[in-house]
Amino acid sequence: MAHAVKSFDAAGIRKDFPILSQRVHGHRLVYLDNAASAQKPQAVIEAIRRFYSSDYANIHRGVHALSERATRLYEEGRVQVQRFLGAADAREIVFTRGTTEGINLVAQTWGRKNIGAGDEILITALEHHSNIVPWQMLCEERGARLRVAPVNERGEVEKFEFSERTKLLAMAHISNVLGTIVPVREAAAAAHARGITVLVDGAQAAPHMKVDVRELDCDFYVFSGHKLYGPTGIGVLYGKSALLEAMPPYQGGGDMIRSVTFEKTTYNAPPYKFEAGTPDIAGVIGLAAAIDYVNEIGIDNIDAYEQELLGYATRELEKIDGLRIIGTARHKAAVISFVLEGIHPHDAGTILDRYGVAVRTGHHCAQPLMERFGVPATTRASFAFYNTPEDVDALVSAIHKAKEMFA
Amino acid sequence: MIDDLYQEIILDHSKRPRNTGRLENATAAAEGFNPLCGDKLTLELRIEDGRIEDARFAGSGCAISTASASLMTEVLKGRTKQEAEKLFERFHELLTSDAADASDLGKLAVFSGVREFPARVKCATLAWHTLKAALENSREKVSTE
Ligand SMILES: Cc1ncc(COP(=O)(O)O)c(C=O)c1O
Repeated sequence: MAHAVKSFDAAGIRKDFPILSQRVHGHRLVYLDNAASAQKPQAVIEAIRRFYSSDYANIHRGVHALSERATRLYEEGRVQVQRFLGAADAREIVFTRGTTEGINLVAQTWGRKNIGAGDEILITALEHHSNIVPWQMLCEERGARLRVAPVNERGEVEKFEFSERTKLLAMAHISNVLGTIVPVREAAAAAHARGITVLVDGAQAAPHMKVDVRELDCDFYVFSGHKLYGPTGIGVLYGKSALLEAMPPYQGGGDMIRSVTFEKTTYNAPPYKFEAGTPDIAGVIGLAAAIDYVNEIGIDNIDAYEQELLGYATRELEKIDGLRIIGTARHKAAVISFVLEGIHPHDAGTILDRYGVAVRTGHHCAQPLMERFGVPATTRASFAFYNTPEDVDALVSAIHKAKEMFA
Repeated sequence: MIDDLYQEIILDHSKRPRNTGRLENATAAAEGFNPLCGDKLTLELRIEDGRIEDARFAGSGCAISTASASLMTEVLKGRTKQEAEKLFERFHELLTSDAADASDLGKLAVFSGVREFPARVKCATLAWHTLKAALENSREKVSTE
């Protein structure tokens, strides 16, 4: 890269990720499947180990020292997430299992209460299945309609067309297939002008760019810990206080109640109303450590570095004969989907793997989007800040090997 | 080794698949789908007096699934339904069991390398699952999932 971001030491950062130092099939591991899930820095692994080794107990109900310590760490994690998202209040942060559960939670609580027969939900053509199917299920149940804002040839959402009946706009912040950065702030403003509620699927955005939910002015924002260098099994739903207050509970059980008798149960306040049962306590500890780690590097530095990497990778890949990049939005994150003439993505993925290059192939849980671009599948290289220009070079050279094989 | 997977004969059949297109006066057919990679396949057979007289396939898929369909249609011709079903079982064994003996499988033995690539076994078996559905004379879609 001609102008590597100053003060960004990706090679040094790699050392924070123990998994990256291994060899795969005799080659240096080049991990380019970050959009599916990101690797974990030692700081996260160590925080979880430390928690289980010295602070672990169940939370919220214990009066003993360990329970108090675990509760404090768990609730500090919530504050950590609040600050990370720029939310007004920690009570607006609900812990979930991940993006998928966050969306389902909103569909089943807010959705069931607010979506009626004949109403419409608007999504975009670039959604992950997890931001399609829960709304389809809701629409079927309520007799509502799902509408789709199209994308252009570059993979950009050009226009959000609302109708009189649109009640919800649910959209990805960044496409996991194309890398398109959707103008969610502008879309949210247009939706709000018509009294439409807005949910943003931030699974791909939270790890790669500054997110400020108050600046975006979305009503709900969801993301997954495991894509943010944190553990699996933990995710976040941000919801504006007034909305969370008015929503019925999600699951019933312990922690989500204020008092229970066989005649009547009164519910706890948000966020606890939505956190029935023992949550993933260690997951929250790990997520908080991941956010600490990201903050230390600086999300803006990460964004700038990944943009340079994207530029370099795009230029290098474009030089390859017969390679076509799917998704050429003007505002893009470091995700590159491509197809190779005469080589099915599945074969490309297998061959790349043999050269130590981990990419994802297939429909990436976005079958309607594949159809839109007329391809059954793509090969996708998705980058993180621990990737380097050498990783790009290894990808390019492995693609040439695949081409030789199928020549 | 990657060369065990993409053997010459597999590459050849994937680039120049045999017996493609539609079959006039087919008597049995089935569609196969591998949701994992989006591979789709239509298989048509002409069966007369319990014997497969002709077989053709159409669809889009990876090299492994295309080559597998191509080689399958070649070896099927002239076989009885029972023989074809037996072949399905033998082929399945070849891909899933280390101890499998490929001596009676002829050309199909080139797929033994797939065993080392568990994620690709379904690619190689898609055509065969579709065959099984066609033999059972169902027009329903089969899926590898
Ligand atoms: C844009 C987008 N939305 C939602 C999801 C689902 O996330 P999870 O599987 O962590 O619930 C993903 C992950 O693949 C994604 O990329």
